[in-house]
Amino acid sequence: MSVSGVIARQFDRATLIAFACVIVLLLIGAMVEPAFLSPKYLIQQLHTASFLGVVASGVMLVILLGHIDLSIPWTIGVGGMMATGATGFLGPEWGVTLAVPFGVLCGALIGTVNGLGVAYLRAPAMIFTLGMNAVAQGLMVYHTGGFAPQDRATEFMRELAVGHFIPGIPNPLLIWIILGAAIVFMLNRSVLGRRIYAVGNQERSVFLSGVDTRKVILACFIFSGASAALTGVLLAGWANRSYQAMGDPYLLPTIAAIILGGTNVLGGRGKYVGTVAGVILITILQSMLSVVQPQRYFAQLGVDIPADTFRQVVFGVVIIGMLLIYGRQQLVR
Amino acid sequence: MTVSSEPADLVSRQKYFGWVGRLSAAQRGILIAMLIFAAMFIVYGWKQAAGLTPNMINTAANKGALLALVAMAQTLPVITRGLDLSVGATFVLANCLASTIVVDGPIATTFGIFGVLLLGLACGAVNGLIIVYGRLQPLIATLATSAVYFGIALAVRPQPGGSVNFELADFMTRSSFAVPHSVLLLLAVVVFIWIPYRRSVLGRAAFAIGSSEQAAYMSGIPINRAKMLAYTLSGLLASIGGILLTALTYSGAAKMSIANEYTLNSIGAVVIGGTSLFGGVGSAVGSIFGAFVMRTVGDLLIVFDINPVLQPLFVGVVLLVAVSLGSLRVLRIKNRLDIYR
Repeated sequence: MSVSGVIARQFDRATLIAFACVIVLLLIGAMVEPAFLSPKYLIQQLHTASFLGVVASGVMLVILLGHIDLSIPWTIGVGGMMATGATGFLGPEWGVTLAVPFGVLCGALIGTVNGLGVAYLRAPAMIFTLGMNAVAQGLMVYHTGGFAPQDRATEFMRELAVGHFIPGIPNPLLIWIILGAAIVFMLNRSVLGRRIYAVGNQERSVFLSGVDTRKVILACFIFSGASAALTGVLLAGWANRSYQAMGDPYLLPTIAAIILGGTNVLGGRGKYVGTVAGVILITILQSMLSVVQPQRYFAQLGVDIPADTFRQVVFGVVIIGMLLIYGRQQLVR
Repeated sequence: MTVSSEPADLVSRQKYFGWVGRLSAAQRGILIAMLIFAAMFIVYGWKQAAGLTPNMINTAANKGALLALVAMAQTLPVITRGLDLSVGATFVLANCLASTIVVDGPIATTFGIFGVLLLGLACGAVNGLIIVYGRLQPLIATLATSAVYFGIALAVRPQPGGSVNFELADFMTRSSFAVPHSVLLLLAVVVFIWIPYRRSVLGRAAFAIGSSEQAAYMSGIPINRAKMLAYTLSGLLASIGGILLTALTYSGAAKMSIANEYTLNSIGAVVIGGTSLFGGVGSAVGSIFGAFVMRTVGDLLIVFDINPVLQPLFVGVVLLVAVSLGSLRVLRIKNRLDIYR
C-alpha cells in the first residue's frame, strides 16, 4: 500500500469531526480575540495538551483492548509524588538522579497489579482499577501523613516540563511526539499492535490462534500506569511541586479525549491520530472556557455560578453529544 | 429414565449443604454479607471500652444507612449488567438542593422533599434515556452525567453551608426504643420500593436482561422500559440518601471527593452484598449489609488504633479482595476457553 494510503487510513470520520471542531473553535475564538491564531498561543496550547496526551496514550491502549483504566488520577499522583519524594527512598544523591525513572517505575508497578488482576484473575477492569485507585490514594495519603516528604521538583524535572531541548518546541510536546510516533508504529506495524486490536475484537479467537492474550493485556496496563506516572512527573515539574490531588482533574478529560477521537469503548477499533485530535479538542475547549468566562455573563444577570460548574457541565454535555453523533452501540437483535 | 425437575447442580448442593444449599445465589450472598457484618460488629462492640451504647449504635446506623442507600441505588443498574458512576454525584446534588429547599415550615419542607426526590428521579431518568435510547455505554454515559450533576451541585451551593428543617433532621437521625430511625428508613425503602420492584414485571425483566440481553430480547421482554426503570429508581434512591446526608450534617457541600468516595464504596458494597457485576444475580438487601460491612471496616480501624489516614487504603484493599474473590470462578472452569469472551 502506498504511503499516502497508510496516512489516509489514519483519519476516520470521528478524527475528522474532532479536527473540524478544533478549527471551528479556533475560528470562533479568533473572531473575538485575534490572538487565538497566533503561533505563541497555539504552541502554548500544545504544551498544555501534551500532559493530557501522554496519559491518554497509555489509557488508549487499554481501551483498545476493551478494558478501562480508572486508576489514572492517583497513578498520576503517585508518579509526581514518588518522583519528588525519591530522595526519601533512594538517598539524597541517587534520589535526585533517578527521580524521573523512579516515579515512572512506581506507576508501572500500579499498572502491573491492574494487569495481573484483569488478565489473570479476570476481574472486571473498571472495578479493579477503581479499587486500585483507592489503594494508590491510601498509600499516598499515608506517605504524606507518616513523615514530611520532599515535594519539590528536581532541576531535571523542571527542565523536562518547561524547557526547550529543540528551540520552539517545549519538552513535554517533544516527549508526546516521540511517544505518539512510537505508538503509531507499534499499533500499525508490530505484532503487539495487531494483537491489541485483535484482543479488543475477540479475545477468544486470539487465544485459539495460540497467543497468550493475558500477556498482551498485562503489557498494556503496565504501559498505561507508566504513562500516567510520566504525566505526573511532568506535572510536578510544571508546578515545581507535587501535591495529593494533582491527578483528579485528568480522569474525565483523558477518557473523553480518547472516546471523542473515535476509539470504540468496547475495544478493537480506534486510531491514535483520533486520540491526538481528541486531546487537542479537549484542551482548546478548556482554554476557551477559561478565556470566555461565561460565569461573568451570569454574574451580570445577578446569578452567581462558579466557573467550575461550566467546565463540568460543558464537558459532560460535549462528551454525550459527540458520542450520540458517532459512538452509539448497535441494537441487540 | 427419570427427569429431575430440578437442575443437577441444585440437587447436589442440597445434599451437601442442607437448607443453605437450597438458597439462590443472591440469598447466599445476603447471608454471607450478614455473617461478615455480624462478626465485624461483634468484634467492634467487644473492643470498644464503653461497650455498645444505644447512642453508638445510632451513630453507626446513620453512617451505614447513608452508604446503604447509595449502594441500593447502584444495585439496580448492576443487576441489568450496567453501572451507574453518577450515584455519588446525584447523592451530592440532592444534598446540596435539600440544604436549600428542605427548610422553614412543615409545608415548605414537604414540598422541598418532593422536589429533591423529583430531582433524583430526573437525574436517573436522564441516565436511562442516554443509555437506553442514546445507546451509549453505561460507564461512559454515567461518567459524563456525573460531571454534569456535580457541576449543577456546585451552582446550587458554591460554598458549603445551608440549613435544613431541624425537626425533620432530628427525627430522621434519632432512635426510638433503641431502634435507629435510619434503619427504619432502610426497611421502608426495602418494603415499599425494592420488594415491589423485584416482584414487578419490569423488575424481573431487569434480572433477565442481566443474565442475557439477547435471550431477553428474543423472549419479548420489554428491555428498554426495564432499563429505564432501573436507572430512574437508582436516581431516586440516591436522592433519598442525599436527604439523609443533609439531615445528618445540617448543611450541604458540593465536594467532588464525597461524590467519588460514595460511588467507589457503593460498588464495593454491592460486590460484598453478593450482587454479580456480570448482571442477573443480586439483591438490594445484600447491598445494605455490604454497605454496613464497608462502614464497619472504618470503625474497626479506629478501635484497633490504626492510623485513620489508612482508611482509603483499607477500603481499596477490601474492594480488591472482594472483586478478586468473585473471580475465583476462574479456578473452577474446566475448559480454559470459557475464560475468554
